[in-house]
Amino acid sequence: MSQDLSTATFLGYRRENGRVGVRNHVIILPVDDLSNSACEAVANNITGTMAIPHPYGRLQFGEDLELHFRTLIGTGSNPNVAAVVVIGIENGWTQKIVEGIAATGKPVTGFGIEQHGDHETIMEASKVAKEYSQWASELQREEAPVSELWVSTKCGESDTTSGCGANPTVGNAFDKLYPHGATLLFGETSEITGGEHLVAARCRTDAVRERFMFMFDRYQDMINRYKTSDLSDSQPTKGNIEGGLTTIEEKALGNIQKIGKECLVDGVLDKAEAPTGPGLWFMDSSSAAAEMCTLAAAAGYVVHFFPTGQGNIIGNPIMPIIKLCANPRTVRTMGEHVDVDVSGLLRKEMTPSDAGDALLDSMFRTANGRLTAAEALGHREFVLTRLYESA
Amino acid sequence: MIDFVVHDEGDSVGVVVVEGVKAGAELTGWVMDQDSEIKFKAASDIPIGHKLAIKAMKAGDTVIKYSTDIGKVVSDIGTGEHAHVHNIKTKRW
Repeated sequence: MSQDLSTATFLGYRRENGRVGVRNHVIILPVDDLSNSACEAVANNITGTMAIPHPYGRLQFGEDLELHFRTLIGTGSNPNVAAVVVIGIENGWTQKIVEGIAATGKPVTGFGIEQHGDHETIMEASKVAKEYSQWASELQREEAPVSELWVSTKCGESDTTSGCGANPTVGNAFDKLYPHGATLLFGETSEITGGEHLVAARCRTDAVRERFMFMFDRYQDMINRYKTSDLSDSQPTKGNIEGGLTTIEEKALGNIQKIGKECLVDGVLDKAEAPTGPGLWFMDSSSAAAEMCTLAAAAGYVVHFFPTGQGNIIGNPIMPIIKLCANPRTVRTMGEHVDVDVSGLLRKEMTPSDAGDALLDSMFRTANGRLTAAEALGHREFVLTRLYESA
Repeated sequence: MIDFVVHDEGDSVGVVVVEGVKAGAELTGWVMDQDSEIKFKAASDIPIGHKLAIKAMKAGDTVIKYSTDIGKVVSDIGTGEHAHVHNIKTKRW
């Protein structure tokens, strides 16, 4: 059933800074690997909170450290998050994360473990987490127009059915959302390889095109610097090849079906950087699913379209990930991971527009509160992108 | 019944979208951009998602899918044969 998107609304949580989220998480966010244990203890103590452990945050420096801060601050700032408890081994970097998140106006408190130890930190942080959880539980959803929804996309464990079914479905949905002022995102810089000319041709201005090609060339330079082969063991992945994809060019041409036929690329973002207005944005990002989804959530995106062919099972702790699939074998063997079955496209039982409408219907239901398959199955992959070694 | 799909009539390969295609099977293909139908006999067993050649290709030829270059042929491929990593490689990296 197609909706009139010019009047369609979803029910979300309007945050202090005006952004609208579709989830109401209270997160316990570690600054570093050492603080995961305390964060998990607090989340175990207090109902309605969630720890987001990760393995990094010590002795990083330069751009890599800036990306670490930007990703953690962005995660806490995401409107799917109501309030944040930050725990780090020491106060300096902990307060930097707290101040970054506090700029949104949402409740956030930080704790440094040194001079307190885990026991006292867990006790004090649990007291604050309890207040946040009870406070957040009273927040109410309110109606918001589609123009306030930020939707990202990235595909995973793609196969040839992704390029002819699931990815064009996202493209159809993006083409329908774009004219109504939605804020959209795609990325996966290495998976543009072979189709970069097609993306460049879709950039709105020469300045955007130059920035896109700068990001594309920067990633190619990195691959050429470190590669020991034609990457045929990792890009395409073994799963991609099992699913029938043969070369990176073929994978890329399927990948870019996700940006549809009509919307233009309005801007280019660095990793975890937030967009400054509506439209379709390209983010320089890894094509690894959890890394890209983590970066998209850190940039402020609240719902994600994830087409898969062979069956990537990823989720994200704060951003619902809607899976769609056109491969009938995957739908049959891994159906519990699939939110939207578009395999009918390849039997001509549904049109691309029907498939796009089915995805948009799932988007509204998800935004209004229905748990995605990945959420129900407990997938919370939170993976920070690293640029180089720690000092 | 659609056994394989082709993005554009100028493409050199199609994608098998049903399970269990065996050599000798008569296959019906849907050319999506032109919304037309073509028929081919499978010359190999081809798993779901994998490609069959709908044009004969020689080593060194460019493979076309989505009306675009997706790589180079490294050993000759006859029509109806399985086109994959054993006979097609990237031109990048």
